[in-house]
Amino acid sequence: MASYEIEIILNRQLADCLSIPVFITDISGNLIFYNEPAEEILGTRFGETGEMKVETWSTIFKPLDEKRKPLPPEGLPLVKTLQDQHPHHKVFWIENLKGKLEKISVTSYPIIGRMGKFLGGVAIFWETKDT
Amino acid sequence: MKVSIKGVRGSIPTSSPETSYFGGNTSCVTVVEDNCLLILDGGSGMQKIILPDESTNRVDILLTHLHFDHIQGLGFFNPLFEASKEVHIWAPVSTTQSLLSRLSKFLSPPLFPVLMRDLPCQLTLHEISNSSFEIGPFQIDSLYVIHPGPTVGLRIKSKNSVLAYIPDHEPALGPAGMIMDKKWISGFDLVDQADLLIHDAQFTAEEYKGKIGWGHSGMEDVIKLATFAGVKKLLFTHHDPSRTDAQLKEIMIGLKETHSGDLNFEFAREGMEIELG
Repeated sequence: MASYEIEIILNRQLADCLSIPVFITDISGNLIFYNEPAEEILGTRFGETGEMKVETWSTIFKPLDEKRKPLPPEGLPLVKTLQDQHPHHKVFWIENLKGKLEKISVTSYPIIGRMGKFLGGVAIFWETKDT
Repeated sequence: MKVSIKGVRGSIPTSSPETSYFGGNTSCVTVVEDNCLLILDGGSGMQKIILPDESTNRVDILLTHLHFDHIQGLGFFNPLFEASKEVHIWAPVSTTQSLLSRLSKFLSPPLFPVLMRDLPCQLTLHEISNSSFEIGPFQIDSLYVIHPGPTVGLRIKSKNSVLAYIPDHEPALGPAGMIMDKKWISGFDLVDQADLLIHDAQFTAEEYKGKIGWGHSGMEDVIKLATFAGVKKLLFTHHDPSRTDAQLKEIMIGLKETHSGDLNFEFAREGMEIELG
């Protein structure tokens, strides 16, 4: 069977309706969809890149902590969600494509299907007014 | 594989001279090969089923979901009341209640005079999801598809042919409609290269615009899906209960004018029999 399960398909269709950046990954962290607001963060278009391997898309961001020190991957919400299948939330800094620092908050949640099967993860990036 | 159409209507049975050509019974299809009988859905069309012969002792009923138009014929299916008959009901699992509990809501007073546990037949319930299983000569795959509540579509493979059955389905749900990438289409694996696809097509394209999220399909979307998946023959089913024979015929003329490709499609009609393979 080659198609994604409907829980994944419906998450993509929902993401397509939203004006907040949404990233959807499979259980290994490969980026299988990102919506238009997320395209602005990545600096690429989903129609052009298609799916992206975890090692490719995870290097696009430079997450930093409050002291501007690099955040280890295991401290990021989506990485945690993929590991423990629970939702997570964190406020941190990222260096954007132009080298400018932005404070963001990220919420991640697992996609647990009807059968209780873990199917992937979703990360939502929220703007934060804090500086 | 012999496929017989017993019920084609969605939502509620309709009885009128104006619907007698295509038929007014709700969803039900039979599939027979090597004397093995599968019944797909238990809508009111179920009352028309005749077993392949007197000696048929096993009947398998595959329910795509438990909406009323897919189960309302169950209580009037004679083999359920015969002690010698082995009846297997296959239906989607729920995360909260057993299949027995959900079916018993209908097959119990005050909605029905007989309790499920009092049915004389040898009844076995099977909960399915994204499953693969065999019944007699058939290899069957079930997959969840987009429709409110747990709902599966079926892919039934026999020695020489494939039938796909998805009577309630909304694959185009979303802001941009169906995403034409086989990984992102609900039910694609079920319909891929099928010899016959029996698929929900309750709405015209224009009607669908006002019914998004209702769980059903526009005819144009189904043609697009079947064409993309390389289906050989497509039967529209789950006809809107308010649609008359004359309206269905008129709609089909319009669709044939705008779709002149290789796909063979028409409205399912009660009494229709199709030999595959």
